[in-house]
Order: sequence, then structure tokens, then C-alpha cells
Amino acid sequence: MGVSEAYFDTASAAPLHPAARQALAAALDDGWADPARLYSRARRARQLLDAARGATAEVLGVRPDELSFTSGGTAAAHTAVLGGLAGRERVGRGFVHSAIEHSAVLHAAERHAAAGGTVREVGVDRLGRVDLAAFADAVAEPGTALAALISASHEVGTVQPVEAAAEACAEHGVPLYVDAAQSVGRVPLPFGWSLLSASAHKWGGPPGVGLLVVRKGTRFVPPGPSEERTDRSTDLPAIVAAAASLRAAHAEAAALAERHRVLVDRIRATVAATVPDVEVVGDPDDRLPHLVTFSCLYVDGEALLHALDRRGFAVSSGSSCTSSTLTPSHVLVAMGVLSHGNVRVSLHRDSTEADVDRFLAELPGIVADLRAEAGVVDL
Amino acid sequence: MTEVLDCRGQRCPLPVIALARRLPDLPVGATLRVLADDPAAATDIPAWCRMRGQQYLGSPSPHAFDVRRDV
Repeated sequence: MGVSEAYFDTASAAPLHPAARQALAAALDDGWADPARLYSRARRARQLLDAARGATAEVLGVRPDELSFTSGGTAAAHTAVLGGLAGRERVGRGFVHSAIEHSAVLHAAERHAAAGGTVREVGVDRLGRVDLAAFADAVAEPGTALAALISASHEVGTVQPVEAAAEACAEHGVPLYVDAAQSVGRVPLPFGWSLLSASAHKWGGPPGVGLLVVRKGTRFVPPGPSEERTDRSTDLPAIVAAAASLRAAHAEAAALAERHRVLVDRIRATVAATVPDVEVVGDPDDRLPHLVTFSCLYVDGEALLHALDRRGFAVSSGSSCTSSTLTPSHVLVAMGVLSHGNVRVSLHRDSTEADVDRFLAELPGIVADLRAEAGVVDL
Repeated sequence: MTEVLDCRGQRCPLPVIALARRLPDLPVGATLRVLADDPAAATDIPAWCRMRGQQYLGSPSPHAFDVRRDV
């Protein structure tokens, strides 16, 4: 990262944690052998994998044999949804999910619907919190095989009522899958779920490592040939690095969350006060500590993103013009909030107060310039 | 008769900008129908109405959005 660049897109990919870099280098030296073989070097690789699994399971508060590593968060989400549904096919083919799930979950839902399954989507309120009563009603429908609720919105940060949803699911014997990609390594995990997935490069691990937890007693049939049946197809050094960085991130999480919470509060208050016609979205209090999203009226999201990039700020956007499909973020649409001129800022462990203050100092002028160029200043 | 503002083919935020320019020309209580086929319009036109204290009346057909001038 260049010294002048403020990287504010941790929710897409966190920079590699130093603990990951160190573990990765060591594991590349020591963990390249096939852990399924029987000679000493292979056993060494197997020990590294087992240790990584044990450390990761400990952070998550699960048993090591409930955890598997996948080729990424997307693969873990696909496997959780399709495997959870396949495991309960005899009960029915209904899948319930919130309207603000990650696209990986929505794509798995599309696959399920295309194969003849039923999908029920449950809406959210203006702050991006799922309609719990509607979620419970949908889960109660006969033939519901699986329900999914993201731990906290990856786009606006609003924490979801996972434990209450899990209670509603338990009443009807329906397993709950939680996509915890934005929570693992940052905030304590909720209780009551049956399946959970996460992604290492969201907490500072390397890309290409996902976690899938299937609690004991959950009916689950892996879709397709099992990726990890022999632990041979996994990227062992990357898994070792993921586990080391998770342990480090977990140890730092409480202090970091406190620091991020203060900075995000400052962004929320200052943006609302200094940028005219801006909508700061998501729950102001019950939210992820490190993430904030706002939309600027009459501003083109792509132009704003590029203008910020030129000033050394890397952010993401849920505006339609910044997406490959030219559709706005389904999360912003579900919330009914302004989708153009959208910016998501997400902080990482090395984000500084000075980075944030420079952003807050420059943003009003950048937005004003774009509005002046578009001739919309007095609208 | 409802005024029609044709913004088809324009990408967001242009339909919302056109709406913001046109609506003040209409008397309070009048309805403007915005035609817009950008997928963001269905979200952003009601959101604009909320932010500006105008009344979003709904979408009578795909790509059509009715707004009443309240203030």
C-alpha cells in the first residue's frame, strides 16, 4: 500500500495480517507435502492442518470435526445452502432467506429454485434489519428445509437478530444457516445456528480460504464430490495462514472494534453534517464496528468512486453504475434507501484516525465539485 | 391530465435529477409520471420523494413512477 493511499474497503478484502504473512511463509517451507501420505513430511503437513483446524474451531467455539475448509467464502456459502437443503429433502424443498443475503447465498437460492425448489425471501426495514415476524412466518410454512440469515449486513453493517431467528427456526425444527463473513474475527458470534460460513480474506487471512461449520446433528449432504474428503485439494499453507491470522484478529478484536466504532461514529456524524443532501444508512448503533455506508443525492456513484480514488481513497459502492450488472445493490433496494451516489467505507486494523480525518476533510469538496459539474447544486 | 417526463434510456441519477428539475414547475397537488427504465429508478424515485417531502404514489406499470407535488 502506498503511504498516501487510505484503503477503506476491508469488507471486500482485508489487507494481509502480519500473522498471516509469517505463518504463510513458514507453511510454504514446511507444509507443502500431501497430508494424506504416510511419510514423516506428510505427517508434518497433516499436523499443520490439524493444528489450523483446532485453532480455528477454538476461535469459533465449535468442535474441530464440525469445521471444514473450502476454497473461499463463496464456495462455503454455496455448500452450506445446497448441502443444508439436500440434507432435509425428505422434509421439503423450501428455502427461506432474508432479502439482504450475500450474492453467493442468492445465487445458491437461484440454483435451488431452478431445480424445482421453493424460495421465500423476507424483507427488511429502512435500517436494513430483517422483518423477524415475517421471517418466523416463512420458516413456519410446511416444507421449509432451511433458513438463512446473514450475521450483519455486509453492505450497511446492520446487525441481524440471529438468535431470535434461530429460536423461531428451532420451534419448527428448521436449521438456520448464518453467513458470518463480516463478523468472524471482529465481533462475538451469535448462538443457535446450525450452519455457518466465513471467509479468511475478510479478517486478514489470505484469499482462497473459506470456513464451513456444520453443527453436530444437522442433516447435511454435501453437494457434489466433497472438497475436503481427503484434505488433499485444500491449500494447506493458506489454511495455516488463515488460522494464524484469525487467532491474531480474534485477540485484537475487542480493542479494534472500540477504535473503529469511534471512527465510524465520527464518519456518520460528520458526513451527515458537512455533505448536503446525504443519506447515511444502516442502524447507527446496532451495527458492525468497522463499516459505514451513505448515499449522495444527484451524484453518480462511479464518478464519486473514481474521484475518491484520485485523492487516494479506496472505497466500494452499491450504486448500479459501479456493478457489473448495472443494477443497484439488492441490499439498498430492499431497504428502500437512495442507491445512487453510494459509498461504503470499511476500516481495517491499520486504518488511522488521520486517514479518516483526511477523508472527512476532502469529501464535501469532492461531492460539491461533482454536483457543480452536473449542474445540480440548487436542486 | 398527468404530466409525463420521459427519462427512458437515461442512467441513474439522471432520471432523479430530471424529476427534481421538473416537479417545481408543476402546481402543488399535481402529479408527474416519470418514465425510467434504469433499474435504480424504482428505488431512487421513492427515496427522493421521502428526502424532499414529496408524495410517491406508486408504479402504475413497469418503468413508470407517479409523484405528486406536496410542497
